[in-house]
Amino acid sequence: MSDAPIISIRDLRKTYHVGEVDVHALRGVDLDVQRGEFVSIVGPSGSGKSTLFHIIGGLTPPTAGSILLDGHDLLGLTDAQRTELRKTTVGFVFQKYNLLPTLTARDNIEIARHIAHKNGPLDPKFGDVLKLLGLTGRLDHKPRALSGGEQQRVAIARAIVNHPAILLADEPTGNLDTENSTAVLGLLRDLNQRLGQTVLMITHNPEAAAYGHRTVRMRDGRIE
Amino acid sequence: MINKLVVENLKHRPVRTTLSIVAISIQVTMVLTLVGLSKGMLDEQARRARGVGADIIIRAPSSSVINTSLNMPAGIVAFIAKNEPHVAAATGVLQQGTDLLNYVTGVDLEEFDKLNGGFRFVAGGPFQGPNDVLVDSYYAAQHKYHVGDTVTGIVNRSWRLAGIYEPGMLARLVLPLKTLQEITANSGKVTMIYVKLDDPAITDEVIAELKQKLKDYQIRSMQEYTELFSVNSVPMLKEFIYVVIALGVLVGFLVVFLSMYTAVLERTREIGVLKALGASPGYVLNILLRETVLLAVAGSILGILLSYVTRFTINDVIHGSLIQSIVYIWWLIAAAIAIVGAMLGAIYPGFKAARQDAIEALAYE
Repeated sequence: MSDAPIISIRDLRKTYHVGEVDVHALRGVDLDVQRGEFVSIVGPSGSGKSTLFHIIGGLTPPTAGSILLDGHDLLGLTDAQRTELRKTTVGFVFQKYNLLPTLTARDNIEIARHIAHKNGPLDPKFGDVLKLLGLTGRLDHKPRALSGGEQQRVAIARAIVNHPAILLADEPTGNLDTENSTAVLGLLRDLNQRLGQTVLMITHNPEAAAYGHRTVRMRDGRIE
Repeated sequence: MINKLVVENLKHRPVRTTLSIVAISIQVTMVLTLVGLSKGMLDEQARRARGVGADIIIRAPSSSVINTSLNMPAGIVAFIAKNEPHVAAATGVLQQGTDLLNYVTGVDLEEFDKLNGGFRFVAGGPFQGPNDVLVDSYYAAQHKYHVGDTVTGIVNRSWRLAGIYEPGMLARLVLPLKTLQEITANSGKVTMIYVKLDDPAITDEVIAELKQKLKDYQIRSMQEYTELFSVNSVPMLKEFIYVVIALGVLVGFLVVFLSMYTAVLERTREIGVLKALGASPGYVLNILLRETVLLAVAGSILGILLSYVTRFTINDVIHGSLIQSIVYIWWLIAAAIAIVGAMLGAIYPGFKAARQDAIEALAYE
């Protein structure tokens, strides 16, 4: 395993043009994340957490600075290249689960594989992950038949089914009660510890942030 | 996998899906019914013309194929019989329209019998007097007529029903030639002359001779004549079919446009999720186009089934002397029309979805 950080960010800037106004969402972020690290990112609304996530996840391009993600330089990527990056390198978990309502839990996981051109049966090892996530008996249910905690666990399974280098979790416990929050955070930590999955998690909750190896604080588009 | 998503998406909104399919099916049925009616009516006319049993048909100069024939002197019949050695029998008939779709034919039964053995009666028999009418069994069944009944509404008179014959020969209504000539101010005139030869193999030679003697008259073999009964021969019919097809495409376009547009709006967030998972714009477009094709194909199948319902209604329920055929090749054409209209309707919503910004889509409530 290489010692180079899996995420290496230098002087990252992002400016949105809203009408005739320029909004500086990121004003020079520097951040290194090591392979296998679990990093929590906290900060008030508008501090630039989500923008940083969207850039790392390849959903939007940066305006300036450098960002190396598992060896890929994200600055000059085209839309198609960023789409490819999302298929292979990152996995997203959202606050609102964002499962496709018309598909079963199994198919929600399968479609992520299909998009990444991975067809055929699931890797048997992934069965262990599903067991770890407590989903074994729930795979044939549609999201409306699943509890919030179960839906979020399906979303986690979907995010890691293609073995991404980085798992990006945006307020993963924001819609869950305490019991389910604890379970989901415990799972993220298990995935990190057992599988060496690199995890970046945005949260408002200091208790949730404490599950990470370290906490990064953001304010006004910078890391404090 | 993608097909599963497509099917599940359509099942997710059953009312919208059903309405889209029904709307598409109506345009398919509309096209199939119009084409089926055109074909059915033309085939029926050709069948009845063939049923006469003649080898050659002579019509006045400048006549058009369908029903707008001009009349010509009946004396031509005698002229032909006298001057053409291979003519076994010849008879002239007078056609008179009774409404938009039907016509009555004046026939000299004695001559007509020589041509083909005459009508095969299922009830009653030939004319007993000048005010008698013969109808085919189809017309009799439609109007519940029996021999001896008074038939009204034909060229503004009442007639006594003398006989009911098997269909497939000339018109559905037959009057004595002389009577029809008199009451329509066509004394001594006929619309068509049917000629039977002693040897059908020399039809072309006889036609060539007749053309020498009867310049400008339309003289054709029966086969050639019946082949003229096509959509192309009916003035404006092809244009009318094109208009209905254009309306079909428009209906398909509008229905699918609205259906897919609302689907895309409703699924904005899901599209964002797919994009976050790495779906390309082409992948998203592919899903919507597959949904569209599925709607169009389902609508086409339903439309084809409904065309059997319209055929039953037109042929067996409505007493309008209309005949609708099922024209199989048009199943494909009507389905292609439906698919083209639907695809056109899916283009804008599809591109809107494909170009959706993933971050905005994920934030969509």
